[in-house]
Amino acid sequence: MVSKSLWIIPVLSVFLALGCTPAAKVKDTGGASVEDRSGQAGADGASATGLPGSDGMQANPMDDPANPLSKRIIYFDYDRSEIRPEFQEIILAHGAYLAGHPDTVVVLEGNTDERGSREYNIALGDRRAQSVRRLLLFQGAADKQIEVVSYGEEKPVAEGHDEAAWAQNRRVELVYKR
Amino acid sequence: MFGNLFRGLLICIGCYAANAWAILDIEITEGVEGAQPVAIVPFDWVGTGAAPQVDISAIVTADLRRTGKFRFIPEKDFLERPHHGGEVNFENWRALGVESLVVGRIRAASPGNVIVQFQLFDIYKRSGAAQTGPGEPEYKIKQLAGYNLPAQVKDLRRTAHYISDIVYEALTGERGAFTTRIAYVTATGEGKKTEYTLQVADMDGYNPYTVLRSSQPIMSPAWSPDARQLAYVSFENKKSQIYIQELSTGKRNLVSSQKGINGAPAWSPDGNKLAMALSRDGNVEIYIMELAGRRLRRLTNNTAIDTEPSWAPDGKSLVFVSDRSGKPQVYRIPVEGGRATRVTFQGIYNARPSFSPDGKSLVMMYGDDDGFHIARQDLDTGVIHMLSKGSEDESPSFAPNGSMVLYAASDGTRGILSAVSVDGKAQQRLKLQQGDVREPAWAPYFK
Repeated sequence: MVSKSLWIIPVLSVFLALGCTPAAKVKDTGGASVEDRSGQAGADGASATGLPGSDGMQANPMDDPANPLSKRIIYFDYDRSEIRPEFQEIILAHGAYLAGHPDTVVVLEGNTDERGSREYNIALGDRRAQSVRRLLLFQGAADKQIEVVSYGEEKPVAEGHDEAAWAQNRRVELVYKR
Repeated sequence: MFGNLFRGLLICIGCYAANAWAILDIEITEGVEGAQPVAIVPFDWVGTGAAPQVDISAIVTADLRRTGKFRFIPEKDFLERPHHGGEVNFENWRALGVESLVVGRIRAASPGNVIVQFQLFDIYKRSGAAQTGPGEPEYKIKQLAGYNLPAQVKDLRRTAHYISDIVYEALTGERGAFTTRIAYVTATGEGKKTEYTLQVADMDGYNPYTVLRSSQPIMSPAWSPDARQLAYVSFENKKSQIYIQELSTGKRNLVSSQKGINGAPAWSPDGNKLAMALSRDGNVEIYIMELAGRRLRRLTNNTAIDTEPSWAPDGKSLVFVSDRSGKPQVYRIPVEGGRATRVTFQGIYNARPSFSPDGKSLVMMYGDDDGFHIARQDLDTGVIHMLSKGSEDESPSFAPNGSMVLYAASDGTRGILSAVSVDGKAQQRLKLQQGDVREPAWAPYFK
């Protein structure tokens, strides 16, 4: 069942954090079959929500707020590209999902706040996206499943000029392709 | 209906920006000491029918004022309003302390055409009291320039800027840059509805037209040395790519679409090469591309971020930004490669370096506890001069005669462009009516 399988992910994360090697890699994380949904879009008439590979009959883990897979924005400290501890579980969950759905591709969009020069911020956004990518690969995602693009400071989500806005803009977004 | 075809991208060749964009307010935000006193008399109109709407004397005044080297006797104080040398009584001007006087008139010619006549006079004190006999004036007037310029009415702004060039060169000995152009990026709207454009305008911000319009970001416009082409970064294909666009035709070529980052294009002084920042080998490094064969040569090699290259005017070295020592600082490297030497040692963060036309100094973004300002560093002495006082100043670009620096700033709510004289004394803001303006690039002299 869906919920039981997903329970493995946080447990695995704990094992990994403790430095243990899991006995077996998780192949099926959500009880969902590895389908390419794009071929069925017309057939079942569903609107384009959910993830490729998700089975529309069951609850989509990506939309379940209780599930780390529903979190697709990773935030960063000023001028840093290390993954903060509170975000590691989320990234590992996505990594495991990708590992279990080899046809699924995710685009990592790296971003920064507005401070500093624009081209340097393109590089900083890329560094952040690469940090996320490394963790996804570690969890078993394949190289070809991950694309990276950095927008630097060019695509802020918050328009203000204070720390509250800047904190929201220092982010990597996981955007799944269909 | 065209959405699918163009994928959110439209190239406008010679499009005129909508009215809301066309007006750039120019306001003087700081005054100047020690400037040459000048008077520019409003030009007369000689012809039947309505006078052209372009105010030549106002444009020349604004141009010269922007350099910080002149101060202007107010028009309301004028004791006479001559339009050519024969009408000038120089005592009326000496009494006001005027040292340089511009007079002129516009004469109607064939339909749509005029002749602009102007003269520049120097009012100077004769040297040596022994040379003056009784009744001889202490001051003399000397004509420094006099021209009859045929022009089309629709191009009168350009004629006014040409007059500014002549006056500026006669009074300072330096070539004027008033007929040159600027490029800049704009962003209007928010979030997913943001529209980006790359625009080119006169150096005072007038006559803007759109070179590129896109629903995805545009960055880093860079002029070719002959001012005929622009290189820029476009995200129109959902990743960064470098294009070169010929301005007269709108034709463009994709020159770099490597895996990862393609950024920070910079033309070599001979126009044959483009330096750029690429992350194709894993992290961002500086490369040089031969434009003829698209051959790439890597210049830097380390695990740090290396980006934002800028060529020295003699083509023998480049400066760039690297965080190899922790925070972004400016480094210099020979064009053939080799060891990079650090250039900036003050401030927390130094970036976006750009050479002066004479190669003797750099302007850059200088970051300290108060934010980011524009600084000029003398390369021989290492001495730094702060040119701007804002906290979000970036993207400085020299005028081709080295007299002024254009840069991006914020007025608190949105991005604007500002110009400062190279000594930092005269500041002038160019403001768009709508939206956010950034990344100005001042064109070289047109060849």
